[in-house]
Amino acid sequence: MNRIRTEPVTINLGPQHPSTHGVFRLRVSFDGEEIIDVEPVFGYLHRGTEKLAESRSYVQIVTLTDRMDYVASMSNNLAYVRTVEALSDIKVPERAQYIRVISAELQRIASHLMATGFLLNDLGALATPLTYCFRERERILDLFEMLCGARITLSYMRPGGVFQDAPEEFWYSLNSLMSDMPHYLDELESMITSNEIVLARTRGVGLLTDSQAIDYSVSGPNLRASGVKWDLRKADPYEIYDRIKFDIPIGVDGDTFDRYYVRILEMRESLKIIAQCIEQIEEGPIRAETPYFIRPPVGEAYKAVEGPKGELGFYMISDGSIAPYRCKVRAPSFLNLTPLRDMLKGWKMGDLIIILGSIDIVLGEVDR
Amino acid sequence: MTTFISGQEMAKTIDSAVPGSVTESTDECVWVKSDMIREVCYSLKDTSGMDFSYLTSISAVDYIDRFEIVYHLLSMRNNYAAIVKSICIGRERPSIPSVIEVWKGADLQEREIWDLMGIEFQGHPNLKRILLWEGFDGHPLRKDYLG
Repeated sequence: MNRIRTEPVTINLGPQHPSTHGVFRLRVSFDGEEIIDVEPVFGYLHRGTEKLAESRSYVQIVTLTDRMDYVASMSNNLAYVRTVEALSDIKVPERAQYIRVISAELQRIASHLMATGFLLNDLGALATPLTYCFRERERILDLFEMLCGARITLSYMRPGGVFQDAPEEFWYSLNSLMSDMPHYLDELESMITSNEIVLARTRGVGLLTDSQAIDYSVSGPNLRASGVKWDLRKADPYEIYDRIKFDIPIGVDGDTFDRYYVRILEMRESLKIIAQCIEQIEEGPIRAETPYFIRPPVGEAYKAVEGPKGELGFYMISDGSIAPYRCKVRAPSFLNLTPLRDMLKGWKMGDLIIILGSIDIVLGEVDR
Repeated sequence: MTTFISGQEMAKTIDSAVPGSVTESTDECVWVKSDMIREVCYSLKDTSGMDFSYLTSISAVDYIDRFEIVYHLLSMRNNYAAIVKSICIGRERPSIPSVIEVWKGADLQEREIWDLMGIEFQGHPNLKRILLWEGFDGHPLRKDYLG
């Protein structure tokens, strides 16, 4: 019997595409339905953050970090101010550390909710699960608005502490969110986790083994979904994480489902962390005395935090002036895209979007 | 807590595996010759006491008279961290061997450094511009770049 002769077809996906989570472009070669090669094209949102930072003062750079991972500004702020504090040896008051951890964990929940919502959007469950996720995220953004007046580009943290103390109504709203959130997550899970369509589309799809994940410098929930128990909050505790009890959820197979489920479990752990912080936090100052223009001594520092997307690190070099000599960002979304080609090869066209969606990238951070 | 391995301690391990590659060591980091960086990285990854299997990040810094390439390494098994540095001289076409054979995670980072700093990584299979477009003039993160 004569077989039909086929030849590879190259398709361009993006940069303007609803499922690329921003302006990301993929040049994909198909053999029939099967992906044989992928070439990611970056840079449509490149603003030169690292270069801009070299001509701004240390406090001004906080606003630049907001615009990297724009769905997790708090975590970016935290990573940046921690690096500046290490450079110039600033001690942060305890209350400020607690407030920072609370806001960073709230941000993690907000970011994971978005990741989950958009993953389901990519799966074809258009808008309904996303609306559920955004309903809760909205309440977290309201909390941020109480903290600093902004919702997305927060610039809440400063080298030495936070910009202002949390107002009274913040704690009321936080407590009510804390009591509602577990039910929200149960509700979300009841729709998704055992859903037959979700399982059929995500189980065993887009595998990333543990050794591959380490070799490719993958970090965050993607690394843990591959079964590697590595979390900077435990491995190298910063702020007050060493006083807090929580678990690190890990996946088994490293497939798309595990990457989704690890995020759900991490949200529950974040709630535990926030609850303990609320218990332990005490009155006190929220910001150390720092000069308006910080002039760190000549030297360098690399500090990283466990952001919602993975290890977010800053490598900064000071020459003693009011602006850093070099400010390099270790962006987790960018590095998590390294194994993309291996993850996509051999899968079908329909799996492409959900595998990309499960990596959870934000293009502001990929391109910087 | 992650234990930070000092440069002197790193220098001992590197010197026994790749003799003559260390040029200097301090408390913070170890300096190695740029043409031997790949062998050094292999030895750090494979030596059982070290096990630096995870490449946290590669950075490049422009000091006008030289470029510094900084490797932040991590051993997840031992919870160790370390910094290895190397120097690239020359502004026309500075180059250093690629470590993509050692850690595949170097792929996009080396392309980014080539794009923004203009340092060539010998042996990188796909060394193209990544954030800027092909045909862009200059390398913007260099200190003498005038936008």
